[in-house]
Amino acid sequence: MTWTSLNAGIAYPEIFLLIAACAILLIDVFVSDAKRGITHGLTLAALAVTGAILYSGYIPQRVTAFSGQFVADPMAAWAKGGILIGVALALIYGRSYAAARQMYRGELYTLTLFATLGMMIMTSAINFLLLYVGLELLSLSLYALVALRRDSANATEAAMKYFVLGALASGMLLYGMSMVYGATGSLDVVIIAQKIATQAANPTLLVFGLVFIVAGIAFKLGAVPFHMWVPDVYQGAPTPIAQLIGTAPKLAAFAFVMRLLAEALGLAGIDLSQIRQQPMLLPSWSSMLMVLAVASLVIGNLAAIAQTNIKRMFAYSTISHMGFLLLGILVANEVGYSASFFYAFTYVLTAAAGFGMVQLLSREGFEADTIDAFKGLAKRSPWFAFMMLMVLFSMAGIPVFVGFFAKLSVLQALLNHAVLVPGVDGAGIDIDHSGLVWVAVVAVLMSLVGAFYYLRVVKVMFFDEPTDTAPISACWDVRIILSLNCLLLLALGLVPGYLLAKLGEAVKLSSLVLF
Amino acid sequence: MTELVIFYSFALILVFAAFRVITAKNPVHAALYLVLSFFTGAVLWMLTKAEFLAVSLIVIYVGAVMVLFLFVVMMLDINFEELRKGFWRYLPVAGTVAVLMAYEMVMVLTHPSAQLRGAAVAEPAAGYNNAKVLGQLIYTQYFLPFQLAAVLLLVGMVAAIALTLRKRKNTKYINPADQIKVKRDERLTIVSVNAEARAVIEPPKPADGEQQA
Repeated sequence: MTWTSLNAGIAYPEIFLLIAACAILLIDVFVSDAKRGITHGLTLAALAVTGAILYSGYIPQRVTAFSGQFVADPMAAWAKGGILIGVALALIYGRSYAAARQMYRGELYTLTLFATLGMMIMTSAINFLLLYVGLELLSLSLYALVALRRDSANATEAAMKYFVLGALASGMLLYGMSMVYGATGSLDVVIIAQKIATQAANPTLLVFGLVFIVAGIAFKLGAVPFHMWVPDVYQGAPTPIAQLIGTAPKLAAFAFVMRLLAEALGLAGIDLSQIRQQPMLLPSWSSMLMVLAVASLVIGNLAAIAQTNIKRMFAYSTISHMGFLLLGILVANEVGYSASFFYAFTYVLTAAAGFGMVQLLSREGFEADTIDAFKGLAKRSPWFAFMMLMVLFSMAGIPVFVGFFAKLSVLQALLNHAVLVPGVDGAGIDIDHSGLVWVAVVAVLMSLVGAFYYLRVVKVMFFDEPTDTAPISACWDVRIILSLNCLLLLALGLVPGYLLAKLGEAVKLSSLVLF
Repeated sequence: MTELVIFYSFALILVFAAFRVITAKNPVHAALYLVLSFFTGAVLWMLTKAEFLAVSLIVIYVGAVMVLFLFVVMMLDINFEELRKGFWRYLPVAGTVAVLMAYEMVMVLTHPSAQLRGAAVAEPAAGYNNAKVLGQLIYTQYFLPFQLAAVLLLVGMVAAIALTLRKRKNTKYINPADQIKVKRDERLTIVSVNAEARAVIEPPKPADGEQQA
């Protein structure tokens, strides 16, 4: 075994990030608290260099490495790009917040970098073991980050809840994976997919394992009925960490679901019209995801109405957005996957801007985590009130903002959903193109409900008198990057075609070819 | 037949020990029952010819983790009665859910269409070495997950230190190395003070009245 036979070259971004994280861990020991800016700068530089390596090593096809455990494909590359941006935004917006709350420590940065590494592994792993190790690397770092502010009882409680429920979800996922291993005799995504396609696997065990895998994924995504931890963790965690949990991992989770369900247990890479027999697992998980998605849309949006804490409101809105994400995946074709990918990508940018605004208004000794804190923002700072308006409009899915196009592409995919049904005379399989109209109708109705609570914040910002008149005390870099972030939501909404086409192409180029 | 007898007797011990872990009143007893359940679990692995896993379970969990755990239990004054307060109150609901889940799982897996019967472990070839094969796999095919598992341990270490290391402000600890390295200039400042003319103290003149007296 040599470096070349491992084909480790395609994993250079991850290798660099690991070395950089270890180096920053050591350098930070010699950095005094007053000069923590050095660690901050080095961490951002490490993320930037990782991004540059990723960009320069882009290959428009599927390449595997490390004995078929690791894959570099355009989908993983785009997802990693989004993850790096999401993590960098969380660090930039969170800097002064962390500094004011005894969290501005080296561990904040090293644990964030390790979490990033875990996310990047999750997007690129095509082996159940590696998928799990990546997920744990992410989860373990996040548990510690939530608890990093030890003197806050809320944060400790959130960390405990997150840890216990996260461990339970990992257990479910592992149990499901072991069942799939028992049915197919392999942990390799490609081999599992081949065994399923050739019907050389025990179907009962597969479905049995699938149930646990879907439950584990739903826990990690925060889809109803496995959503209980989301509001508590978002509210209790320090805002930069809540932003970190609420943004980049969603993209990693999308890729994770793609590898587990679409590639291993689905029919990615198989032309549906070529199938002559009932596929084993795809209809099962597709309908499971449908139940999860509809429940998430309904409960997420309805519960968000009752919230007065904006972080908690974002949590319930995340649950409903995850419902939309699942809607695209359950369509189970390239159109659906790319719609979901676009949704996850733009959601990272939108949620980052939303949490960025909460941190912009917070200052030492004051948390702007209630909706009341946004009262009369238009009088205090018309520019940032306008920025927040764009974020909320985008989340609500109002046209010209990018959220609208994300929702539109998912709904389009849903309406073209093809279902495999047994042929009329019992011979072969037909494809029913009638689509899932009722699910699309539920999604649209629930988006309307969602518009209510987003617009309520807009109303509070523009028509109420400010109760808090302190000037906004953010640094210039946060102001500029946050403004750019919000303007990007508008720009992507005006020209959605480019990103949509690029992500669609990435999904297409990344598809698994079995035979 | 012998294997079956061994399996069922150890499985029974395992279930009993696991149940006692959560019901034992004394935390030390609970920890010892956990040791017993690990041990019987290792025997079950041995039955499926996974010797390396069985041995490492005993060496790592029983030998290291549980001993450490026992120390912690004995050193910390935790009121376990307090922690177990709601146990009997939640038992009916939790028990029903657990029994229902177990029943469902058994029904699925024992259904004839599951075709799980007769799934036997293949007889290994002569001279087959479990540990050696595992080692070879870890350093070749599973190289990447193995390395990342090491990163996972590093994260655990960093997180544990970040969450527990607390610098007390009122501590009187003095770093000996700093004390040795100290130079005269850092501690002693020689201030040049202008010499002042000594004030002349004149002897008090005797008061007039005294002389007269």
